[in-house]
Amino acid sequence: MSNKTDFPKPSGRGNFDWSPHAQALGFEFVSSQKAWATLKLPFREDLVGDPDAGVIAGGAVTALLDHVCGHAVMMAIDFMTPIATLDLRIDYMRAAEPGLGVFAQAHCYKVTRSIAFVRASAWDKDKDDPLATAQAAFMINSDPGRGGSANPSEPSSSQGAAR
Amino acid sequence: MSDTSDHLDALLGRIPYARYLGMRAELAGDEMTAILPFAPHLIGNPTLPAIHGGVLGAFMEMTALAQISIMQGLTRQPRPIDISVEYLRPARPLTTYARAEIRKIGRRIANVHVEAWQETRASPVTLLRGHFLLSPKED
Repeated sequence: MSNKTDFPKPSGRGNFDWSPHAQALGFEFVSSQKAWATLKLPFREDLVGDPDAGVIAGGAVTALLDHVCGHAVMMAIDFMTPIATLDLRIDYMRAAEPGLGVFAQAHCYKVTRSIAFVRASAWDKDKDDPLATAQAAFMINSDPGRGGSANPSEPSSSQGAAR
Repeated sequence: MSDTSDHLDALLGRIPYARYLGMRAELAGDEMTAILPFAPHLIGNPTLPAIHGGVLGAFMEMTALAQISIMQGLTRQPRPIDISVEYLRPARPLTTYARAEIRKIGRRIANVHVEAWQETRASPVTLLRGHFLLSPKED
């Protein structure tokens, strides 16, 4: 099983290059700084949600927001460690424009000893006209043996959707 | 095949993103179970390994959309207004199942709860609560 030494060294690209699903969806790194991260999901026909409208699926935006929030947590704590999403709330204000990719930016505005709090928004053309906003909480630095799983057969190194 | 089953197949078959994830669904009467077979491109954390949290959010969101559509016989997809996803355990590289329960449905809004599990139905990996805007039936 895993331990912390399996995880890559921290870098501005966070966990970006490291997640198979992020690569499969084609996430592009845009920028990052302390506690902030920005990613882009380029438009692709196979990521469309409603073929009548020709826009990127809400679910793909969900995956982008989840990932950019985790990236911002990596940028807020100064070491790479397993983190796990506890909850993710998304408000969808509008559909993306047909044929356009989606940007997402996240800010990890508070880190406690074990929890990180993050806000994010997603837009296509204008950052001030978001198509979705998100609020998330992550468990960080989840030590082996401290997991919340009631089932002893499950990995105890983390709770929630470890990424 | 019932009309509802055909409707469900047509609905999921028409969503490119559902095909991309490899999602399908089965009906037992009016009870729908959505199925997401494991595939390597769904992994978020390769060291555990665990399925990406965003994949599970998307899977449960589309489960809710499909459940509303088959209940209402909609030809246009409902649109998500807000969703809240709770992650209870890491989702391991196994088939994931989900069922949606429509808690309230009005003229324009549906409130839906979804549970996703893997090996044990009583130990869900993730939960979703959401509101969805119903599209009017086509003229």
